[in-house]
Amino acid sequence: MMLSPDDWSTIRLTLELAGLVTVLLLLIGTPIAWWLARTDSALKRPISAIVTLPMVLPPTVLGFYLLVAMGPQGPVGRLTQALGIGLLPFTFAGLVIASILYSLPFAVQPIQQAFEAMGERPLEVAATLRASPLDAFFTVALPLARPGFITAAVMSFAHTIGEFGVVLMIGGNIPGKTRVVSVQIYDHVEALEFTQGHWLAGGLLVFSFCVLLVVYHFNPMAPRKAAN
Amino acid sequence: MSIEARFSLTYPTSASPAFALDVDLQLPAQGITALFGPSGSGKTSLLRCIAGLEKVKTGHLVVNGECWQKAGFFLPVHRRALGYVFQEASLFPHLTVQGNLDYGAIRSQRHQVTPVDQRNIVELLGIGHLLLRKPERLSGGERQRVAIARALLAVPKLLLMDEPLAALDFERKREILPYLERLRDELAIPVLYVSHAPDEVARLADHLVVMKDGRAVASGPLAEMLTRLDLPIRLGEDAGAILDATVGAMDADWHLARVDFASGSLWLADHGVAVGSPVRVRVLARDVSLAREQPGGSSIQNILPGRVDAIGHDEHPSATLVRVQVGQAMLLARLTRRSAAALGIAVGQTLWVQVKSVALLE
Repeated sequence: MMLSPDDWSTIRLTLELAGLVTVLLLLIGTPIAWWLARTDSALKRPISAIVTLPMVLPPTVLGFYLLVAMGPQGPVGRLTQALGIGLLPFTFAGLVIASILYSLPFAVQPIQQAFEAMGERPLEVAATLRASPLDAFFTVALPLARPGFITAAVMSFAHTIGEFGVVLMIGGNIPGKTRVVSVQIYDHVEALEFTQGHWLAGGLLVFSFCVLLVVYHFNPMAPRKAAN
Repeated sequence: MSIEARFSLTYPTSASPAFALDVDLQLPAQGITALFGPSGSGKTSLLRCIAGLEKVKTGHLVVNGECWQKAGFFLPVHRRALGYVFQEASLFPHLTVQGNLDYGAIRSQRHQVTPVDQRNIVELLGIGHLLLRKPERLSGGERQRVAIARALLAVPKLLLMDEPLAALDFERKREILPYLERLRDELAIPVLYVSHAPDEVARLADHLVVMKDGRAVASGPLAEMLTRLDLPIRLGEDAGAILDATVGAMDADWHLARVDFASGSLWLADHGVAVGSPVRVRVLARDVSLAREQPGGSSIQNILPGRVDAIGHDEHPSATLVRVQVGQAMLLARLTRRSAAALGIAVGQTLWVQVKSVALLE
């Protein structure tokens, strides 16, 4: 047997987590990216910096603050307790929230770049053809930014699958509940189960390669000839 | 019916001096009105203000009795019954030609606008064979024709065109101009046409607004405007009069056609335009000379009696522009100041006008 039932359950959990996080990130990231791509506000830079922060921050630092915030004494923890949800650390929900924050820049940046590359013109054209701003967003902006959305989805998914530090800090290592593949690999190595570790690590390696292949398929590195 | 437009705005640009637009115009709500001027004179800004793409606080705009903007009121762009053709065709790359045409057509029908016959427009612009293609597979001229059709299918009450030919090469321009002429002659939609090309203006416009440094320095019917001597339009070699005329006769032996205008007729090379067709001809100032006595033994075929109406400066200090009235029409003649002095040219003087060459604008 190459993979134990335990391994399979971590894989299933990891895929569930990454799928859910990707969907939520596209929903949350799109308005942020839209605003960042089009605003002249003085808040643009500080907000950009906050959104990008998880990219440069050590995951343990992010995890640490999330743990504190969501803990019994933290502001988020108090709120969730008051709402009767209980505490989020060491739950799947807590893991989802932490993953969203951790992968946010990977979703926002490609979408923002796609909106910026599109420019103002297609939306102006849509307006002169009687499309309301909301109509133009769905019928012009979203289709034109499609490559950005594909990149954002793939990168968010892959990045969530690969996270380790944040998961360990906020989710711990509860089998079937918060134990993901990267943590499982760590456990295998700790326990000197190198063969098991190989199968999981190798699987992630192939997976990551395929992900990048998909990204480059939809976003050829040579920019497509623009049809104006 | 007319279009009233008053706008004033200052762009907070880093470039100094800051660009300011300040216009108060009353334009006819029919035919093609050309907004003409050098780049940076505010033509495009004015067009964008009228479309509502540029949101100006101090603006007032009434189109055919319908208020689009006044103090405290701004009709959003998508609620304005306008068509806009940009300098670059700006077709939606994710839609086919048909998809692009339908985009505005469907939305204007939602607003209970009577749809126009799509086949007519498609045929008018000669794009019937392109409907299933994506924009990336069209030539520049084809794209611009699709963009014009797309704007027309949104059933505009006002068509705004921002240098629709400027991004095209000479051949593509020649390909599109006839379509624009048909548009002017067959559709009853007023057009505001931004251009800095004297040729296009002379050929297409009925009314001319001259822009300079963000202001409209003159506005009036084209024929009258082109023969004004006091305008800061730098037409240079292109200074000349236009005449709306009809083809009156053909001389098959000599391959010549006679065009008749209100107060005379001119011979020009026969371009195969049928007798009875309305044509627009242009007589450049440099092709017109003046004589005190009726010239005999001249190689020039077109000799008309006229009266000096006004004398003005030309760009070069050696030259002078003389406006001569021929019946109801006005022609411009460019003379050197020395020959004007030798002839003793004076306002009110009657003399003979020799026209060396007449261009058919088509």
